[in-house]
Amino acid sequence: MGFLLNNRVGHLLIAIMLFVAVVAVLLLIAKVADGLRGKARMPAVIAVFAGPALLMLAVGLIYPFIRTVWMSFMDARSQNFIGFDNYVTALTADASVIAFRNTFLWVILTPLLSTTIGLVYAVLIDQSRLEKAAKALLFLPMAISFVGAGIIWRFVYDYKGAGQDQIGVINALLNSVGLAPVRFLQDAPGNTIFLILVLVWIEAGFAMVILSAAIKAVPVDIIEAARLDGANSWELFRNITVPSIRPSLVVVLTTISIATLKIFDITRTMTGAQFDTQVLANQMYDQSFVFGNNGLGSAMAVFIFLLVVPLVVFNVRQMAKNREVRG
Amino acid sequence: MTASSITEADEADRAMGGGADRSAAATLKGALTNRIGSAVAIVIAVLWTVPTFGLFLSSLRPESDIKGSGWWTFFSDPALTLDNYRQVLGGSSSTNLSQYFTNSLVIAVPSTLLPLSLAVMAAYAFSVLEWRGRNLVFVGVFTLQIVPLQMALIPLLRFFNDTDAGSVLLFLPLWLAHSIFALPLAIFLLHNFMSEVPRDLIEAARIDGAGHVTVFLRIMLPLMLPAIASFAIFQFLWVWNDLLVGLTFSGGNRIIQPLTAALAAMTGDRGQDWHLLTAGAFVSIVIPLVVFFSLQRYFVRGLLAGSVKG
Repeated sequence: MGFLLNNRVGHLLIAIMLFVAVVAVLLLIAKVADGLRGKARMPAVIAVFAGPALLMLAVGLIYPFIRTVWMSFMDARSQNFIGFDNYVTALTADASVIAFRNTFLWVILTPLLSTTIGLVYAVLIDQSRLEKAAKALLFLPMAISFVGAGIIWRFVYDYKGAGQDQIGVINALLNSVGLAPVRFLQDAPGNTIFLILVLVWIEAGFAMVILSAAIKAVPVDIIEAARLDGANSWELFRNITVPSIRPSLVVVLTTISIATLKIFDITRTMTGAQFDTQVLANQMYDQSFVFGNNGLGSAMAVFIFLLVVPLVVFNVRQMAKNREVRG
Repeated sequence: MTASSITEADEADRAMGGGADRSAAATLKGALTNRIGSAVAIVIAVLWTVPTFGLFLSSLRPESDIKGSGWWTFFSDPALTLDNYRQVLGGSSSTNLSQYFTNSLVIAVPSTLLPLSLAVMAAYAFSVLEWRGRNLVFVGVFTLQIVPLQMALIPLLRFFNDTDAGSVLLFLPLWLAHSIFALPLAIFLLHNFMSEVPRDLIEAARIDGAGHVTVFLRIMLPLMLPAIASFAIFQFLWVWNDLLVGLTFSGGNRIIQPLTAALAAMTGDRGQDWHLLTAGAFVSIVIPLVVFFSLQRYFVRGLLAGSVKG
C-alpha cells in the first residue's frame, strides 16, 4: 500500500479506506457491546456511540481552549508568567488599537448594511415571476470563498494612475464622468469601508434568504386588516412586516456579527492588513504564526472569544424564544 | 428547527421562491410595485452580479488585454483565449494551481465524511439512548460552538507537531482539525433532527428484537439522509472555502496547501498578474458554484436550520 502515499489521490483513497474501516469497527464494537449482559451493556453502547466525538472535542477543543487562556498570561515563547501584560499590550499598542477600531467598524457596519439590503431586496422581489432567479443572483456570493471574493473585488477596486486606462470598473466609471481615480485599498480610513463592502456583498444573500422565509410566514389576514384600515404600503412595512419578522431580524443581525468578528481572509487577501486595515482575527494570526508571539496571539484570541460570547448567548436565547413563538 | 424534515423542505422551497401561495409580502408588494421599487431591485441585482461576471470574462481575455483595458471593452473588441486557464492548470510549477485543486479535494472529502459519521453516532447517543447526565453533556457540546477557531489553533498545532500526526499521512492534521471544528454544530443539528423521529418507530423495532446498531443503520440513517445531505454540503463548502485552518495546519508546506492558501499567496506575490488571478479565482469557485446550483435546495434548508458556523 506504500505506493498510495506517493500521490495525492492515493492519500484520499487511504483516507476513505481508513474511514470505512473505523466506522465498521465502531459499529462492530457497538454490536458486541449491545450483546453484553448486565450492567456493563448500556455504558459500553453509549461509549461507542458518543465516545469518539467527545474524545475529539476534549483533545481538540476543550484542552486547546484552556491552554490558550493559560498562554495568554505567558511571554512570547510561553516560558514565563507575565500576568496581564499581553492584554495591556493588546489594548495599548498602536497596531492593536487600529485593529480594535477597524474590527468595531466591521461589526457595526456589516450586519446593518447586509441585513438592510437583504430585507429590501427580499420585499421587492417577493412573488415576482423571476423570484427564484433573482434570489439566486444575490445568494450566489455565499458559495464563493472569501479569498475568491477578495480577488473579485480587488479587480473591481483596481487603481491605475491618472491618465492611464483604468481596468477596475469603479475607477473607469469615475473616469468617464471626469473624476480623478481613487486608491480604494490604499487610502485610510476609507479603505476599511471598501473592505467591509465585500463582506456585505457576501452576507446580504444570507440575510435575504432568512428574511424572505420570515416575510412569507406573516399571516395574510393581518395585512388585509391593516389595509382595510387604510394603511399605505410604507405603514404596512413599518408597522406590520418589520415587527412580525423582528425575531428573524435579530437572529440575522447577530449571526452576521459573530461571523464578522472572526473575519480574516478578506483583509489578508485584499490588503495584507497594510494601510491601516488590520483586524483582530488577522492580527491574532500574524502574532501567533508570523511573529511567533504566542502570548500576544493568545490574548488576541481570548479577546475575540470574549466579544463573541455575549452575541452567541443573545442569539441562542433569541432562537429559543422564536421556537416558542412558532410553537 | 422544531419542524419535521418535510416542512423544513417546504420552507427551503418557499425561501427560494417556490410555491405560489399568496403571502403577506405579496399583498405588500402589490402596493409597493412601482418603478422605483423595480429599479432598486435591478440595481442591487446588477451590483451583486457584475463583479463575478467581470472576473469570469476577464479570465477568458488575453493577458495583454486584461492588463491594458477593462473587461467591458470586450464588447467592442472581442478576443477570447483559454491561455490563462492553460497556465493555471498546466503551466510552469510556479503558476500551476492544479496540484492545489487536488489538495483541496483531498482535504475536503475526508473532512466532510469523518465529522458527519462521528456526529450522527453521537447524535444517536444523545437523542435515542437514555443515560444519566445526557442533557448536561449535550449542553456542553452545544456550548462549544461559542469557541472561536482562533482559541484552538496554537495548542492544536503543537499537539499535532508533538505527536508527529502528519509524518506518514501528510493531510491528517488538516482532516482532524476540520473534523474537530465541525463536530459541535454537526452534533447539535443532527440531534435536533433525530429528536423529531417518532419514538414509537424505535420502540417497535426494539420490541421486535432489533439492537441499537440495527436501529441506527436501518431506521435512523435512512430517515436522516436529507439532514445529513444538508450538513454534508455545508461542511464540504466550508472546508473548500476555508483559509484559516488550511493555512495554519499546512504549516506553509506547499505540498499539502489548499487552493485558497495558494491563491492568497498569489495575490501577495503576483498582485498585478490579473490573467493568473482571474483564472485562478474562477477555478477555485467552480466547485462551490456547481454544488450550489445542483444542490441549492439542500443548501438553503441547511441555512434555515441554522448551519452557520464560525
